[in-house]
Amino acid sequence: SNDAENTAAHHRNTLQFNTYSHRKQLFSVCVTLSEATEEVSLDSPERQPILSDGPSPVITPVTPVMISSRADVFDRSPDQDEDEEENRDTFDIQISVSDPEKVGDGMNAYMVYKVLTKTSLSIFSRDEVCVKRRFSDFLGLHSKLASKYMHMGYIVPPAPEKSIVGMTKVKVGKEDLSSVEFVEKRRSALERYLLRTVKHPALLKDPDVLQFLESSELPRAVSTQALSGAGILRMVNKAADAVNKMTIKMNESDAWFEEKQQQFENLDVQLRKLHASVESLVCHRKELSVNTASFAKSAAMLGNSEDHTALSRALSQLAEVEEKIDQLHQDQACADFYLISELLGDYVRLITAVKGVFDQRMKTWAKCQDAQVMLQRKREAEAKLQHANKPDKLQQAKDEIREWEGKVQQGERDFEQISKNIRREVGRFEKDRVKDFRVVIIKYLESLVHTQQQMIKYWEAFLPEAKAIA
Amino acid sequence: MTSISEDSDKEKVHSVSVDLNNDASLVIDIPDALCERDKVKFTVHTKTTLSSFQKPEYSVQRQHEDFIWLHDTIVETEEYAGLIIPPAPPKPDFEGPREKMHKLGEGESSMTKEEYAKMKQELEKTVQVHEVFLQRLSSHPMFRKDRNFQIFLEYDQDLTVRRKNAKEMFGGFFKNMVKSADEVLISGVKEVDEFFEQEKNFLLDYSSKIKDATAKAEKMTRSHKNVADDYNHISGALNNTAADNNTAFKKHLEKCAEVFEKLRVSISKVEDRMASDQELKLTELLRYYTRDIQAAKDLLYRRARALADYENSNKALDKARLKGKDVAQAEENQKQCLQKFDKLSESGKKELTSFKARRVVAFRKNLIEMTELEIKHAKNSVSLLQGSIEILKSN
Repeated sequence: SNDAENTAAHHRNTLQFNTYSHRKQLFSVCVTLSEATEEVSLDSPERQPILSDGPSPVITPVTPVMISSRADVFDRSPDQDEDEEENRDTFDIQISVSDPEKVGDGMNAYMVYKVLTKTSLSIFSRDEVCVKRRFSDFLGLHSKLASKYMHMGYIVPPAPEKSIVGMTKVKVGKEDLSSVEFVEKRRSALERYLLRTVKHPALLKDPDVLQFLESSELPRAVSTQALSGAGILRMVNKAADAVNKMTIKMNESDAWFEEKQQQFENLDVQLRKLHASVESLVCHRKELSVNTASFAKSAAMLGNSEDHTALSRALSQLAEVEEKIDQLHQDQACADFYLISELLGDYVRLITAVKGVFDQRMKTWAKCQDAQVMLQRKREAEAKLQHANKPDKLQQAKDEIREWEGKVQQGERDFEQISKNIRREVGRFEKDRVKDFRVVIIKYLESLVHTQQQMIKYWEAFLPEAKAIA
Repeated sequence: MTSISEDSDKEKVHSVSVDLNNDASLVIDIPDALCERDKVKFTVHTKTTLSSFQKPEYSVQRQHEDFIWLHDTIVETEEYAGLIIPPAPPKPDFEGPREKMHKLGEGESSMTKEEYAKMKQELEKTVQVHEVFLQRLSSHPMFRKDRNFQIFLEYDQDLTVRRKNAKEMFGGFFKNMVKSADEVLISGVKEVDEFFEQEKNFLLDYSSKIKDATAKAEKMTRSHKNVADDYNHISGALNNTAADNNTAFKKHLEKCAEVFEKLRVSISKVEDRMASDQELKLTELLRYYTRDIQAAKDLLYRRARALADYENSNKALDKARLKGKDVAQAEENQKQCLQKFDKLSESGKKELTSFKARRVVAFRKNLIEMTELEIKHAKNSVSLLQGSIEILKSN
């Protein structure tokens, strides 16, 4: 039985290792870059204030974003993009999040993760960088990226979710299985988050991302705490957003957007259903594992009680087979969870981010409309002043008209820009989604094949034992 | 109304007991069963060359309660006290499907394919267990000659009137009350015969172990079926997401739909078959032998009762000799008790020995069949999965 235990342990370790390296392979990225499509200013922007000083709760950046003068870059269809990629040099980047370490104790304790980046890209200062980051650092990074890019229509990958319950257990020092699982789940989620972020061509080159991956010291992102002033303001903004969404009635001139929005609504519903089914599978598979182990013990006892020697032996062997199968179920449950369930959870959150950029476009449109209304009013005001004898006021009115004409033009440009960006982002998202799912499903099916092949091995070993009953 | 018919595999697949129906002089099977509302009607088919039967072939309709009546009359027959009486088949239990059947009768909803398959599985199980009961009787040299057994097989009207005999019902109830004392009585017997001493110890221990193993196997099977169900839902949900009308990836998505349908078959259906086969071969086997072990214990109980009666008759004889009254009567009583006890011991020994042999053979057969089926399903699943992987990998 010792042999069986060792093989089982080895098998468990091996499978876990394979799953881990599979995950790394799964998310390691070939990013293709071309200097010509640089859209983002490389000037490092100052820390973005969460507070917005505009009339609407849209977050505006401090430094204006330089848009490439080559407007035709964004007119491409997905097919053309693919051809272009073939011609580019391919660089690559690999990121891993590992070695969770608890720092401090009691309620002030926190986990620190090692973030290792391996790359041949020139924007990085070294081939290999290793830094230590805590969960709030990741949240801080996401918050900065969202404030800089979301209003332009970029789909910024969402950060993993906070969990007060999960973290409290870890802080309090519970070394039980559920805290270990929680830390592993979080570690894996953080890794996937970073890989998705650097997969985005614009985000990869963002100075905040580079700083996050390379800099040994990172200023603490206090504004990410749930109950901080900034946290509360975020909640208020979210509520205001929701209200605004209801009141904006956009005249959609572009059928593509209407179609896509509907598609994403449907996809959201379907993915949530799928996620729920997979969570049910994980739960039932764990139950199956427990019940199989329990049956194995019972079969062993029955074998002991059986007074016919050969049958007694066979029943003990059956118990051993069932024990091995229980281990298989556990490993399979792991694969169910990490490969499928977590991926689905990620995509449900990603879809929310996608819906977010569509909303941003609506807000941009609304802002444009507001500017037009304002311009109209200014024009009316100027017309009235034409007949009054107030030359100063008239001049001021004319100045204001010019100001608002400028704003209208800017608004229209912004709207055009965000529409173009969204088309490109959605195209990229859909391509990535199809690829992601295909890769993950293949990996999952391979895990099922492996499980079944092990089952065949175990049962084939048992068959002669059963036949030996005389 | 749901029915199943005999198919050629059935003989191979369904049998918790072997060497039945080997004797061509009396061959019994249940080729068909009808499920109406919550009543199951079994078609009992008999072929015989025995002269005690009026015709060479019969086909009658019987309900579960008829089987119970037959079992109870046999239990109460004094002659059979030294035999292991084949355990009564459990009542057909359709749980969820039964509610659906009710609704069907009222013309409401229709059954899904999955519900229908579950009903069919339950029906298969209950037919197997009722069939084995009759076959145990027909293959036993004494039971096959039982008068009530013959009536059960021959009588072409329904047996309701015979069943409703109040005296028999009352007798059955009384017997159940007494049964709970049997274990105490059996273990209390001062055994001189080593064979029975060993059997007693074995049966008492084994019966609790096999009961536990049965319960654990049932739980395991249920979990397995839940997993199969989940895969069914997942495949359906996956199909829905792939049905996105995104024309840019239409070709890819059509491929996906084909793969997901294949997956539904390879994963969900296979898991379900694996779970049901495990249930039929392992869980049903354990369930059956839990009942059979109880029947063996009942035999020990009856023998222990006979021993107690004999010991009492000895004491009565001594008392009578002391008093000098009714000595002849007491001697006769003692002689009869001893005869009964000896007969039970002799017959009991034979029965218990053949019981062990029967059990070992049944376990062997079912464990082999279960293992071969698991291997077959797993291999099938692997080839289907690999086919799907090929399709997904190809561009």
